[in-house]
Amino acid sequence: MKFDLFKKKNAAAPQEAPAAEAEAAPADAFAKSGIKVESAGHAFKTARTGTEHAAVGADGEEKPVKFKVNELNLYYGKFWALKNIGMEIREKEITAFIGPSGCGKSTFLKTLNRMNDLIPDCKITGEVLIDGVDLYGKVDINTLRKRVGMVFQKPNPFPMSVYDNIAYGPRTHGIRKKAELDEIVERSLRQAAIWDELKDRLKKSALGLSGGQQQRLCIARTLAVEPEVVLMDEPTSALDPISTSKIEELAQDLKKDYTIVIVTHNMQQAARISDKTAFFLLGDLIEYGKTDDVFNRPADKRTEDYITGRFG
Amino acid sequence: MQQQAQAAAEESVAKIHVGAAVREVGMKVIFAIAAVIFVAAVLVICIYLFARAIPGVSEIGWINFFFGEDWALGMDLFGIGTLIVGTCLSTVGALVVGVPIGLLTAVFMAFYCPRWLYKFLKPLTNILAGIPSIVYGYFGLKVVIPLVRNAFGGAGFNLITSSLVLGVMILPTIISITENSLRAVPKSYYEGSLALGATKERAIFRTMFPAASSGVMTAIILGVGRAIGETAAITLLCGNIAQFPTSLTDPFVTLASAISSGMGYSSGLRLEALVGCAAVLFVFVLIITVLIMLLKKKAR
Repeated sequence: MKFDLFKKKNAAAPQEAPAAEAEAAPADAFAKSGIKVESAGHAFKTARTGTEHAAVGADGEEKPVKFKVNELNLYYGKFWALKNIGMEIREKEITAFIGPSGCGKSTFLKTLNRMNDLIPDCKITGEVLIDGVDLYGKVDINTLRKRVGMVFQKPNPFPMSVYDNIAYGPRTHGIRKKAELDEIVERSLRQAAIWDELKDRLKKSALGLSGGQQQRLCIARTLAVEPEVVLMDEPTSALDPISTSKIEELAQDLKKDYTIVIVTHNMQQAARISDKTAFFLLGDLIEYGKTDDVFNRPADKRTEDYITGRFG
Repeated sequence: MQQQAQAAAEESVAKIHVGAAVREVGMKVIFAIAAVIFVAAVLVICIYLFARAIPGVSEIGWINFFFGEDWALGMDLFGIGTLIVGTCLSTVGALVVGVPIGLLTAVFMAFYCPRWLYKFLKPLTNILAGIPSIVYGYFGLKVVIPLVRNAFGGAGFNLITSSLVLGVMILPTIISITENSLRAVPKSYYEGSLALGATKERAIFRTMFPAASSGVMTAIILGVGRAIGETAAITLLCGNIAQFPTSLTDPFVTLASAISSGMGYSSGLRLEALVGCAAVLFVFVLIITVLIMLLKKKAR
């Protein structure tokens, strides 16, 4: 029932004209980021690749925009961690962020549901729009995080039963009825393809599950609050290959209903599962486009060097 | 020439080995002696307590001793019922005051407190723990008793006063152990909870707090341990009247304060009755220790 509601809402979201958007983007980014010539150049290049890829979208294949990021800068104290990021993330696609350690990809992911707010000395400028609304403006942060869920690098089930883990989110948002919770728990576990494994262990502690099961449980827990977006921060880096492939399959299934943004160290993973790929380097968004293009026809020399394994 | 040098080198190595071995054995002996002294001290106290207490209590009569309502050393009345009740009531009173304040302070220090304030609060809890209990007693006598007397009437030597003072005395124990156990909970639980759209309060009280529950229980039980055996302060504040208090403003007496006020001028059976009180207190503390051990085992 609720699922239908949010589908409708998404469908009804204003669809921006991609071509016009693309025209406006580079000039805009360039004009406003005049302070640092170097980074302005990057922003321009980024936006240009964005233009090409948006132009493809003009053919009518592109899905509506979920996130639109404009001139995002993020500082940890004096460290400039994200430099003039501008990009669009489309609905019901898998967008992968790749790049070497410390390039800012996880930091950028966390700006999408404001988990960076937890870090003291973290300063952010620019805009991150979700369905056209700036999430660094006057938004209720808890509602935002309900809409934009997150799966962490290390599986982090709470030290309670499987059932209570899944029910934690719905209970947080005011659902108390046992029957309703039962239904949510079953549906979420089914969506995360782990119902059959766990249906007889609902009352057992979640800490007794294997790492792969824990991570799928965490995905189920995220789905239980019916988010629109699921952010995944290197969700398979702590898992074995079999669990990894299960999570990858799961991500493919979930893309039908959810917008997925995944940070990964594993380039094959990005190539396997994502529709779009963004390559970050030292806080710059170097290249962003269709995964096929980024991996097979990279526009930037640095992207090519990275994906062919010359550094990173 | 070379052979000689090699032989010399081997010899010196051998010497070092012998020296090291002797030193190692020596240190082992020293550690062992320290441990033996410690164990012996505990055993001697234990044996002395029960060896003195059991014959005395047998002479008084076990039922008379534990359930007797009259305690008056001067008149050879040795029923400690009122003392046990007084001890329990003052401990409960201390918990009523100390636990909510202590737990909330610990939450504040672990999650809300700005860094500059924390630098000030943390040493403060240590100082609070280090203040001699007689100082608390004096403070209670001169400051809290007049306040309680004005607010509730009576003499002011009662459960309210002792609960307030004892409650403050157990704060450092409860605060520091609870804070430590809250900090030991993986931060990922907190982040996970926030990422589901929970408020900070919900993340803390529904995720972090339950995850730290065994530590919190340990903190409370250690607080009980401190309150149950507290002597100097409570002797000044309880009024030292062996009766079942019928209201919060009645004076009472605890096991520890009865021992402390009677020990100086008692001998014979009277002394043995006091040692009996001490043995009862000892058993209480033993029970608390066992509870803590069970909790730690459960936590693992």
